[in-house]
Amino acid sequence: MCDTIATLIWKDLVAETRTKEVFLTGVPFALLILVIFNFAIDVGADRAAEVGAGILWITFTFAGVLGVARSFADERDRGTLEGLLLAPIERSAVYLAKTLVNILFMAVIELVTVPAFVLLFNVEVAWLDLLVVALCGTVGFAGVGTLVAAMVANARSREVLLPLLLLPLQVPVLIASVKATAIVMGAHTEQSWPWMSLLVGYDVVLVAAAVLVFEYVVEE
Amino acid sequence: MDRGRDYALAAITLVSMLAALYAGLIYAPTERSQGDVQRIFYVHVPLAWNAYLAFLVVFAASIGYLWRRSAWFDALAHASAEIGLVFTTLVLITGSLWARPIWGTWWSWDARLTTSLVLWFIYVGYLLVRGSVIDERRGARYAAVIGIIGFIDVPIIHQSVVWWRTLHPESIVLAPGGPAMPASMLLSLGCSLLAFTLLYVYLLRLRFGAESLRHELRTLRRTSIVEAV
Repeated sequence: MCDTIATLIWKDLVAETRTKEVFLTGVPFALLILVIFNFAIDVGADRAAEVGAGILWITFTFAGVLGVARSFADERDRGTLEGLLLAPIERSAVYLAKTLVNILFMAVIELVTVPAFVLLFNVEVAWLDLLVVALCGTVGFAGVGTLVAAMVANARSREVLLPLLLLPLQVPVLIASVKATAIVMGAHTEQSWPWMSLLVGYDVVLVAAAVLVFEYVVEE
Repeated sequence: MDRGRDYALAAITLVSMLAALYAGLIYAPTERSQGDVQRIFYVHVPLAWNAYLAFLVVFAASIGYLWRRSAWFDALAHASAEIGLVFTTLVLITGSLWARPIWGTWWSWDARLTTSLVLWFIYVGYLLVRGSVIDERRGARYAAVIGIIGFIDVPIIHQSVVWWRTLHPESIVLAPGGPAMPASMLLSLGCSLLAFTLLYVYLLRLRFGAESLRHELRTLRRTSIVEAV
């Protein structure tokens, strides 16, 4: 199982290093959203942490939607999805590998976005805490996102359908991540652990459910 | 489907609806601070209760469909999701109508309102994904997955919006529940709960019947095409 997942991840990473599609489009896209938000919302110095946390997570969400959409859209376009599903491997391995790759891709984008955010919005960040929050939020996002992306890969108007299905399911992740991020950036003095426990709870429950139902999504 | 039973159910639903109207509008006493506005409660609460019941049925039928793959479960989930969505829409509308005179605003990001709104979006997605693929069985599978994942998500969504609002420093708009009600109000609520639950069951039977017929028609068409070829 682990070998299979590692092989599948390796396959996607090799494909990415050849095209650099996610990196070359996702990173500028995320940076652009940060800039656009700066025009749309006046981020005063006194509420930079509070508003900034929201801006940061909307950026992650938008970039993430594009990222997870590509994980199955590319397979479909090249006709490799059938090959992947015909391979004598467990479907849950395919799901876990795709989810891990999506987490990895989102993490790369986040690793570029956060320093840019700190630079542009002039906020103080507890780096290690933010890393933990971002990771927990990203796991939840990619976990459900990968499932929905596999579903809409064959659907009409999939570009709209993916966020339409994914974002309502993501409400807890968005709320908890934004709150926890605002707290680690010093917007509030309250504890971040309720939000972290909510995030971890969501991650565990939803990813487990997704592992169980994924095979019904890709079955032919 | 049995016609006679349908008519009987329709008649009982109609009678209990009239009784609920009487109980809610005339029998129940006028609430002291809110006045007659409070009477929308006898519509709003049963609708909300049945919307959740409908989504619970979607959840159970979705599991049933993925497990047994029978069109019966799929038609049940489909019918229940549509009714649940209509009821949720009405819950949001009746809630707004009540909130305007009482809170002075049509909408507030209170935990219950927010959860209902998010639910509304989830089941809109549920119905959309069903129609978005050409193969109906594939659409049924996708819908079942959303019906399961969406319902599992509901308690977490609710918890997150409760904390979102209650941990929020400024606004605790609504303390839900309120004081205990007098017996006559409870009785009126019980009456309309029964009426709306009957309405749900009646609509579900109708919609389920239509969905089953559609499935049958499709199967007949397919076999006739095969025979013609």
